[in-house]
Formats: sequence, C-alpha cells, structure tokens
Amino acid sequence: MFAVATVAVIVAMALVLARAILGPTLYDRVLAVNSFGTKTVLLLGLTGFLTGRPDFLDIALLYALLNFVATIAILKFFRYEALAPVMTGDVPETRAEDTRHD
Amino acid sequence: MIELSLDILSWALFVAGGILVFAGALGVLRFPDFYTRLHAAGVTDTMGADLILLAMALQADDLSTVVKLLFIFFFLLMTSPVSTHAAAHAAFVGGLNPLTGRSLTYAKEGEGPQPYPYDAGRPPRVTLPEGARRG
Repeated sequence: MFAVATVAVIVAMALVLARAILGPTLYDRVLAVNSFGTKTVLLLGLTGFLTGRPDFLDIALLYALLNFVATIAILKFFRYEALAPVMTGDVPETRAEDTRHD
Repeated sequence: MIELSLDILSWALFVAGGILVFAGALGVLRFPDFYTRLHAAGVTDTMGADLILLAMALQADDLSTVVKLLFIFFFLLMTSPVSTHAAAHAAFVGGLNPLTGRSLTYAKEGEGPQPYPYDAGRPPRVTLPEGARRG
C-alpha cells in the first residue's frame, strides 16, 4: 500500500516539475518548487516505510522546515528585491506602485 | 481484527491522499493562470499530504514514529496556507493581475479576446472613478 502512494506522489512530482520548467512567470516556478518540496517530504516518509527504516522521517521533518523557510525567503526577495534592507526600517520601493493597496 | 480495520482505514486514506495529490499536480500543470494554479496547489497539498501522513501514522510500529509523523502533519498544516498566502501576496504586489471575465482573457475595445500577456508587461487596468480607493 506504500507503493501505491509512492507511485502517486512520484507522478505528481513529475507533473509539478513540468510546471516548474514551463512556468511562464517567476511566481509559477516558486509555487511549483514549493509544491515539489512538499511532495518530497511525503516521498521521504514513504521511502522510509517502504524500506522498513522510519528514520527517514527525521530527514522529512527537516526538509519540511527548510522548504518553508526557502519559499518565504525567495518570495520576500521577489517582493522587496533584497533581503537585508527590510530590517533597517526603511520602506522599500515595490516593483509596481500602482498595485499597492493601502 | 484491529489490524484489519487499521489496514482498511490506511488504504482508504492512502487512496484519498494519492488522488488529491495527483489532482493537485494536474491542476498546477493545466490551470490557465497563476492564481488558479495557486488554488490547485494550496488546497490539495495541505489535504493530500496530511491524509497520506495520517495513513502512515496508522501503520507505524512504535510511538516515536507516530510522534514524528504528527509533527510533520502539524507543520504542514500550519505552513502550507502561509506559503500560499505569501505567494499570492508577492504576485499581486509584483503586478501580476488575475484573469477575469467570461472568456478568461483581457479583451481590448473592438479587438476581440486577447491572449493573456504573461511576459508582455501588465494587463490593462480598470480606471477607477475620482476619489475611489483600490483595496
């Protein structure tokens, strides 16, 4: 039964990877890579159960944390076009002033 | 008897989670614009991944495995909507407008439906009346 779920996850990973390669905008790619990371967590857990070594779950937990932080960091970089100056308290310019909603 | 019922429950959760994960990936590949893809990815990733994790927890041998699986479950449940929101916000502020309208295209006056200008700048904006605020 783990094999069935593993096949489903691998097929889903292939589809999402196609979107990450095709993706017309940057945001499509980030979304696809984030989704791919979530599926990687699942695949790690399933691999652990398939091979009878549940220690893989530690790696899966770590990967879930890393994936979230990486996604937020990349999106913040897109938003502010820098990671550091936001900490100084200056209000950075956004890319599109006319879409700012205040 | 208990093992049999656990197996049946696990199978049901695995199949439901697998279908959700696959459907979400298909939606990410096939939907027409970024925000619809965001919907497909965000909704199904949360639920499909969590169903598969619950099914694995039902098959676990010892308690520590179950606890680790529940940690991953809780973490995905918390972070998946957050990253979906961050992606939507970054895209919206970055000037990517969603597709709207009956034909899901941006039509110019008298020119019929136009293809969605993915790379060619921003779609035309609706001019607001004087004094109106966007947001």
